Amino acid sequence: MAKESNFKNMLLTLLLICFGGSAVMGGAYLLTFEPIAAAQQAKVNNAIAQVLPSFDNRPAEESYEWEVSGKKVTIYPATAEGQYVGSAVEAVSSKGFGGPVKVMVGFLPDGTIFRTAIISHSETPGLGDKLDPRKSSFSTQFEGKNPATFSLSVRKDGGDVDAITAATISSRAFCDVLDIAYTAFMDAKEKGGNHE
Amino acid sequence: MNKIKLILKGIIKENPTFVLVLGMCPTLGTTTSAMNGMGMGLATTFVLMLSNMVISSMARMIPEKVRIPAYVVVIAVFVTVVQLVMQAYVPALYETLGLFIPLIVVNCIVLGRAEAYASKNSVFDSFLDGLGIGLGFTLSLTVLGAVRELLGSGSFFGHKIIAGDGMLIFILAPGAFIALGYLMVLFNKFKSKKA
Repeated sequence: MAKESNFKNMLLTLLLICFGGSAVMGGAYLLTFEPIAAAQQAKVNNAIAQVLPSFDNRPAEESYEWEVSGKKVTIYPATAEGQYVGSAVEAVSSKGFGGPVKVMVGFLPDGTIFRTAIISHSETPGLGDKLDPRKSSFSTQFEGKNPATFSLSVRKDGGDVDAITAATISSRAFCDVLDIAYTAFMDAKEKGGNHE
Repeated sequence: MNKIKLILKGIIKENPTFVLVLGMCPTLGTTTSAMNGMGMGLATTFVLMLSNMVISSMARMIPEKVRIPAYVVVIAVFVTVVQLVMQAYVPALYETLGLFIPLIVVNCIVLGRAEAYASKNSVFDSFLDGLGIGLGFTLSLTVLGAVRELLGSGSFFGHKIIAGDGMLIFILAPGAFIALGYLMVLFNKFKSKKA
């Protein structure tokens, strides 16, 4: 059945297989490149629409990166009929229990949190994943709160946030990500990054 | 008749999960819900069918000593294709399965079928073998996922049918082992009666 092995045919076979394989993968990459980009874009747009009051521009096209004390966020400014209505800020915290916690936070022009949406996380199912608004009301306690007067840390640490039972680390990570987003949003506002 | 037997063999007599006990990593890792189990199973089925076909058509031309690297490259190509397609058209499923999709490359079911079956049989038979084993794997994962989802979060394919939180342990890793163990017992009891 299988052929006798010698140096020449082994080399040649592997070379051919790798060459053919790369060609197939390259083709698949080209064919799926656009749908993948579109799917990712749709996900971002969806998250923006979830966290901001209604707007009529395309925040994803006007987005910009902002960096405060080494932490990078992406800011998506939204306008309705030319009037600035707020920004969605995509931030990530590395303090999660199972990995990074990535969140989209919607801020009104004065810095009040409008709504939040989880983009990705790897917290423990059933405990830490209650960060997700579909699983518990934890994240809704931030809605309408302004971090200037609402301390973004859990009660155990002297803040105003009711942590998720048995998931203090995940709750802290969520506070951390909101804090990063808020700091960057206010910094961008002061330094004229916003479209106001 | 014989061809149908070839498919059924993979589902019952040589069921990869409950009888051969192969590919335990994705089995335990991805079956937190029926939908995830089914997605993982179908992705593996697709890879199995295509890699079995290609490998069986090339087996005669591959020198004995490099056959394993050659098979792994073929399998890896199909896994990458599946990964790209899922990322493009079912991004939500792709995200939940995440790391387990690229790990199909090292799933011993796929390489096992290539080495044990596809390299010695005709292209069409290898295709059917891949389909059978793949369906067996999909079925097992879907059942395991459905049991875990039902007990762990009280829902079935994402539809809530029992109020309340369910038993959290079944969503976590220990519950995967417990559910798998009991399902294996049931499956083998049923199988030995039939035989």
